[in-house]
Amino acid sequence: MRFSEIKAHLSEFRVGIAGAGGLGSNCAVALARSGVGTLVIADYDVIEEANLNRQYYFTDQIGMNKTIALKENISRINPDTIVIIHQKKLDRGNIAQIFTGCDIIVEAFDSSSMKEMLIETVQVEIPGIPVVVGSGMAGWGKTNDLRYRKIDDTLHICGDESTEVSDNLPPFAPRVAIVANMQANVVIELLMNKNDR
Amino acid sequence: MKILLNNRSEEFAGESISVNDMLVQKKFSYKMRIIKINGILISKDKYNTTFIHHGDDVQMLYLMSGG
Repeated sequence: MRFSEIKAHLSEFRVGIAGAGGLGSNCAVALARSGVGTLVIADYDVIEEANLNRQYYFTDQIGMNKTIALKENISRINPDTIVIIHQKKLDRGNIAQIFTGCDIIVEAFDSSSMKEMLIETVQVEIPGIPVVVGSGMAGWGKTNDLRYRKIDDTLHICGDESTEVSDNLPPFAPRVAIVANMQANVVIELLMNKNDR
Repeated sequence: MKILLNNRSEEFAGESISVNDMLVQKKFSYKMRIIKINGILISKDKYNTTFIHHGDDVQMLYLMSGG
């Protein structure tokens, strides 16, 4: 299959990105480069200097809202990808409304409790939409520990499932971006197996 | 009784066990997790009232901070 055909197929689909930090910004960029038609990105946070060690932003964007900056960056990479942004903190009350209509949702939060909340909410309130989760990517090295596991058709996991970020084990660009791109790779695999809309 | 826990066979005494007792017996202490039994997600407030039976397929996922 040629890239033009793959891109034409992927352009039919809509992917939700819950969080626009290290996982979300890198995953969204990979999906836009691949030709995914529409991205629905939600985050309430603003860009800080400390984010630039792993997140897909630039020094002149410090202080900007992450969703606005990410939309701008994606438009400079692939203007054909439609980016819908929600500048708000996701919770049990707004997740279904924001992501209904998405073919797949990428879980791209930092905190473990937010990850848990998103998975529970999607599986209970909008069941059937696959969630691609990132869990375990702190520190550096241990490249072979980063892996993919499918629990069932609606729950897919990328990461080592064991390392947790802390002051002494911070997140770094390589492992976070590897997991973000694994998530993007899983999304593309799932979408390529779907029929055209 | 025998169950599948993350695709591995595990044995427990009795005919059924609550999700909470299974976590205690297996010493699974890490709190941030998703548990599915036969494909159905079990929310945290139901760990005491949901029972695992012989032949059930239990999937558990730990959620680590970082992203």
